[in-house]
Amino acid sequence: MKLRLTLILFLFISNLFAQIDPSLLKRIPKDTVKQLLNMDAMYNRPSLNINKTPIAIGGYLETNWQKLTTDGISEGHQFQARRLSVFMSSAISKRIKFLSEIEYEEGGKEIAIEFASVDVEFHPLVNFRAGIIINPIGAFNQNHDGPKWEFTDRPISATQMLPGTFSNSGAGLFGKKYSGNWMFGYEAYFSGSFDNSIIDNTEGKTFLPSAKENPERFEEINSGEPLFTGKIAVRNSKIGEIGLSHMGGIYNKFTDDGITIDVPRRVNVYAIDFNTTLPKIKTFITGEWAWINVEVPETYTQQFGNKQHGGFLDIVQPVLKRKMLDWENASLNIACRLEYVDWNVGRFNETNGNIGEHLWSIMPAISFRPTSQTVIRLNYRLQKQTDIFGNPPSITDGYSLGISTYF
Amino acid sequence: MKKIFIFFVFCFSLISCETSYVDIPADDEILDGPVDGLSNEELARFLKGDEGFAEVFTGNTGLGSVFVASSCISCHAGDGKGHPFTTLIRFGQIDETGNMFLNQGGPQLQNRAMPGYTPEQIPFGATFAKFTPPANTGLGFLQYLTDADILAMADPDDLNGDGISGVPNWVVLPSYIDPQSAATQGGKYIGRFGKKAAAFNLLHQTVNAYNQDMGITSLYFPIDVYTGEEIDPEITTSKVNDVVFYLKTLKAPVQRNQNDPEVIHGKNLFNQVNCVGCHKSDLTTGYSPITALAFKNFSPYTDLLLHNMGSGLDDGYTEGIAKTYEWKTPALWGLGLSENSQGGQYFLMHDGRAHSIEEAISMHGGEATNSRTAFNNLSQAEKNAVLKFLKSL
Repeated sequence: MKLRLTLILFLFISNLFAQIDPSLLKRIPKDTVKQLLNMDAMYNRPSLNINKTPIAIGGYLETNWQKLTTDGISEGHQFQARRLSVFMSSAISKRIKFLSEIEYEEGGKEIAIEFASVDVEFHPLVNFRAGIIINPIGAFNQNHDGPKWEFTDRPISATQMLPGTFSNSGAGLFGKKYSGNWMFGYEAYFSGSFDNSIIDNTEGKTFLPSAKENPERFEEINSGEPLFTGKIAVRNSKIGEIGLSHMGGIYNKFTDDGITIDVPRRVNVYAIDFNTTLPKIKTFITGEWAWINVEVPETYTQQFGNKQHGGFLDIVQPVLKRKMLDWENASLNIACRLEYVDWNVGRFNETNGNIGEHLWSIMPAISFRPTSQTVIRLNYRLQKQTDIFGNPPSITDGYSLGISTYF
Repeated sequence: MKKIFIFFVFCFSLISCETSYVDIPADDEILDGPVDGLSNEELARFLKGDEGFAEVFTGNTGLGSVFVASSCISCHAGDGKGHPFTTLIRFGQIDETGNMFLNQGGPQLQNRAMPGYTPEQIPFGATFAKFTPPANTGLGFLQYLTDADILAMADPDDLNGDGISGVPNWVVLPSYIDPQSAATQGGKYIGRFGKKAAAFNLLHQTVNAYNQDMGITSLYFPIDVYTGEEIDPEITTSKVNDVVFYLKTLKAPVQRNQNDPEVIHGKNLFNQVNCVGCHKSDLTTGYSPITALAFKNFSPYTDLLLHNMGSGLDDGYTEGIAKTYEWKTPALWGLGLSENSQGGQYFLMHDGRAHSIEEAISMHGGEATNSRTAFNNLSQAEKNAVLKFLKSL
C-alpha cells in the first residue's frame, strides 16, 4: 500500500514537471549549514516552488563508496545508495502548513513516511502539530539530513542506541520565542510508542530501533499507552544552542483483550544536545549525549540491559572558504567525530564483574562543499567494540567517500 | 587552486593504496576458523553453520518460554570457553539409575524466562551441578576418535598401577541418533561430549543445547521445555545439521611458542608429573566422511574418559553411568586463549570455580592426587614452566 501511494505521488510529481515550463520552478534558497534552532530543521530545507501552485518540493540524496574491514577481514568494495528523501510542503493558509518527508533507504528496500504533519499556528508560542511526527529526542533525530553533515555514516548513538529518524503517529504543541540574541523553543507530543521488541530482538541487546520494524506502529500502540516526548531548547546567536529532551512511556503489551498478561514496563530516555560555532576560527562543534533506562524483568536475561548511554561529538573546522574550481562560496573543511556507546551499563549478577558491550569510534574527515547544500566527504573510521563479556574488542576500520546533496 | 587539486589527489591516493590498518589476527591467537583442507563446498557449509551458530533467537523465532541463553554464540564467545553468565545448572540425578526429576523440569534448569513467564526453580530435594560452557574448537577431531582408541585408554582396574583408572561413560541414545557401528555395552554407547561425557556425538550435543539451553524445538527433539508438550519445530533440520557441520569442522587450537625452551621444559614436566595420564596428547582420528578430519594426528590433552576427581569436586549430580565424583577429562587445547573468551579472567574447572590455572590444578583430587602432589613439589621455576606450557596451548 505504502509503495502504491508513493508511486502515485511520484507520477503526480512527474506530471507536474511534464506540464510546466521548468523556468517557472522557483528555488527557495536556504543556507542549510547555518541553523536556527534544531527544531527548525524541518522548516529550514531548500525546496522548489512551482509557479503559483501551493506545493514546494525538495529532497536530498546520499550515496557513497565504502570499504570497511573488521579484524582484518573485509567484505570488499561497496557502493551504497544510502537514501533518497523527498520533501513536500504546502502553506495551506498563512498559519496552517503541511510538511512531509518520504525516505527511500538502500535503493528502496525500506520506504518510510518519516514525517507528515499539519501545523496550525494559534500563537508563535502555541502551534498544534498532528500527523506522523519525528520524536524530538536529542538533536540528530530531527536534524538528520545527509547534506548537513561531514560524515557519510550517521552517528551510532543517534541511530542505533537512540532510534534514528524515529517517527510515530501523534500530536502535540510546539512554540518559539525570540528576544534579542536569545531564542527559546519547546516541543511536547504524545505519540505511538515502543514495543516488546526493544528487549527481544535479533541484535541480542536492548535496542530501541527494533520498534521501527513494527509495521503496525502507525496504527496501534503496543501498550495502549502513548509515548511522551518533550524538548526545550535555548539558543543565543553568539554562544550556541543547548537542548534538553525526554521521551518516556510504557513499551510492553501488558493487557490483551481486557486480560492483564504482564506488568507495565517503562522506557525512559533523556538527552542533552548542543551546538556552537567558535568565534574567529569558525570551528563548528555539535554533540549529543543520551541516557536510556528500560525496565527489564529480573527473571529475563541481563543480555538485554536496563541502562544504556552514549553520544557523539562532531568538530568541523573550515579550512578554506572562497571561490574554488569556479564554485562561488565553496568551502573545504576538516572534521572529526568521536563516538561512544555503552549498550549495557551494569554488572553481572553471577560475578559482579562489569558488563562489556561498549563501543567507541573516531572518524576523521575531509569535506568539500561546492555550495552549502552539497557535500563531498571522505571519512576514515576506527571503531572498537567489545562483546558482553568485555573480551578483546573487534576492530573495524576503513574509508568512506560519499556525496550528499539537496535537490 | 593547484594546492586544492594536489590535496584531493593526495586523499584519493591515500585510500587507493591502503584501506585498513588493522591486521588479521594470527591463526594461533584465535579459536574460530575452519580446519585446513576443507573443499569449497565444505567451506560454504561451514559458513552457513557459522551463521546459524551466531543466530540470536527471539520470542518470535522460538526462544523460551524459559531458557538459559538466546544464541549458541552467547555461551561460546569466539568459540572459546564460556562465562559464568551462561553457566548451565543440571539437577536431579545421583546415580546410574537415571534422573528422578525429569517430570519436574530435569535435567536442566532454565533459569531465565521471557517477559510475562516464570523461570524454573530447582525442585525441592534435587541435587545439582553447574556447568560452564566449554570451548568448541577441534570437536570434530574428538568425534572421529575411534571407540577402540578410547577404550584402549581406559584402565578401570588400574592395571598399570598409576592411580588412574579412566572409564568411558556409557549412555542411552535418543531415537534420532544412528550409532552405526559404534561400540555398545548393554544397549548403551560411549559418550564423549559434555562435562560428564553424556552426549554421544555433536548432533546429540547440539540438539540438546537448542532444546535445553534456548528452548528451541527441532524435528529431532520436538518437546517444549516449558509445557512439556510436543510442538512444531522452531528450527529447520538443515540448520541444525549445518551447525553440527560447523562444530565438526572448527579448527583445532594452534599452539603458540612451542619452540620456546621454557614451554618445552614445561611440557616435559607436565609429562613427568603424569598430568598426561589423563590429559592425553597424541591421538589420531579414524575414518571420517570429511576428508580433512580423517586419520589426522591431534593433541587435545584429553582421553574423553571419566575419572574420580575426589570429594572436593563431588557436586552430588551426575549423568549416564558416571558417579557424582567422576568428570570427563576436559581438553586443554585452547586453554591459553580462555581469557579472551571469558572476559579477561579464567573461570576453570567444570563450573568456573577456579580463577587461575594454578588454582585449577590445586582442586584436582581423587585419581589426580598424585599428579597434583607432584606438581606442588616442583620448584617455583618448574611450576612456571608448566603454566607457560599450558598457556601456550
